[in-house]
Amino acid sequence: MREVAVTGIGAVTPLGVGARTLHARWAAGEVAIAGGEAPCTAFDPLEFFSRKEARRADRFTQLALASAREALDEAGWADGAPYEADRVGCILGTGIGGIGTLEDNFGVLRDQGPERVAPLAVPLMMSNAGSAAIAMRHDLRGPVFGVVSACAAGANAIAAATRAIQCGDADAIVTGGSEAALTPLARAAFAALDAVSTAGVSRPFDARRDGFIMGEGAGVLVLEDAAQARARGATILALVRGIGATCDAHHLTAPRPDGAGAAAAMTAALRDAGLEAADVDYVNAHGTSTPLNDRAETMAIKTALGDRAAGVPISSTKSAIGHLLGAAGAVEAIATILTLRERVIAPTLGLEEPDEGLDLDYVPGSSRALDISAGRSAVGISNSLGFGGHNAVLVLEAA
Amino acid sequence: MSTTTDTDRIEQVVFESLETFGAEKADITRDATFETLDVDSLDLAELAQIAEDEFGVKIKSSDVEQLKTVGDVCDLIAARA
Repeated sequence: MREVAVTGIGAVTPLGVGARTLHARWAAGEVAIAGGEAPCTAFDPLEFFSRKEARRADRFTQLALASAREALDEAGWADGAPYEADRVGCILGTGIGGIGTLEDNFGVLRDQGPERVAPLAVPLMMSNAGSAAIAMRHDLRGPVFGVVSACAAGANAIAAATRAIQCGDADAIVTGGSEAALTPLARAAFAALDAVSTAGVSRPFDARRDGFIMGEGAGVLVLEDAAQARARGATILALVRGIGATCDAHHLTAPRPDGAGAAAAMTAALRDAGLEAADVDYVNAHGTSTPLNDRAETMAIKTALGDRAAGVPISSTKSAIGHLLGAAGAVEAIATILTLRERVIAPTLGLEEPDEGLDLDYVPGSSRALDISAGRSAVGISNSLGFGGHNAVLVLEAA
Repeated sequence: MSTTTDTDRIEQVVFESLETFGAEKADITRDATFETLDVDSLDLAELAQIAEDEFGVKIKSSDVEQLKTVGDVCDLIAARA
């Protein structure tokens, strides 16, 4: 199968606009959580779109389009993709899609009647709107669709994109995830599930953790057939070495307590990469700060990595930006790539009182250098685990 | 629903709607075509809702195919109001 290269990354996160902004600020110990949420306050749609474009895109699509522009610029695609249009696709994950549009239009339906619901309601709220909008903006005419697997969607999208390139279905795919669910219904629904932190703090793996912090944002990566990317002289940021996806088939929301499903996905991803546990230099944990996830994920890491589990540095991006739901897997893949490239491990912030049995190296407190022996490139794992039991794992290697 | 619909009022509502849809204010004239204003069928469906709200006029999708300019839609609304 063909090798898959990452040639561009872009992100809009609660820490600001830009992929490097995310990693730099997280590494500096900044936390973008205020009032129990993590919104993208620095994102102004009108810096990116005309009024017409802005009103024709739900916020989740706007975040995706802005991230895509950054990623495509970095890949050198500002003037168009360097492939035949129908050989380039866009596969984008989201947990919920345009829920803001849905809620607004439900209000219209309730208050003004069915004849006043906006003609734009469907094209804005559909979960494939982000991928369709990126395709239309950048004239991508290959495989284009949305991926839906709750909080694993961003990673599942990257996995699908990777396979499409490996198998030759496309030469390049713009991929990632996007979410904008800081809306009244989504807030109430997650709160009703008792999944959200009542303390308003994200502190993964800490004994006091009491739920996740809802965030919003997007992450987009340009993936290309590595041989063609090299041939055109592109700067290769990383390689997607392996992917693994499984399902717990256990419970609507709770993970298997022993983390067996997540462990199987990690093992599958390493096998797909042709690597061993000993080759893993860093794990970007799903690390939601919920009691159940952080315990099950710790078990999964121990099962999948064996003797290596105790020695590998692990950190959670959600400690800085909360949980970006369907965007999390993509944003965290980007954070992983930058960790591996810059050899700076950003910490698990807020972790002060380790929980009993959660005894791995979660890099608490402050950043740490990633030590890699000379002549070798760093390898990392990014875990994404979603409601519904979805487990999606990426093995990434700095280029 | 209003039936007191002078031409100025219709133009005002239509022009303001087109601006809301994203057309440049300076470009919106009676002679401007929807094509040049980048106003498409989704915008016209929304304009039809506004016309019904403001003037009690129904604009059907079969009507929309005949509408090429801003003046066309103003005249249609005026004729039916």
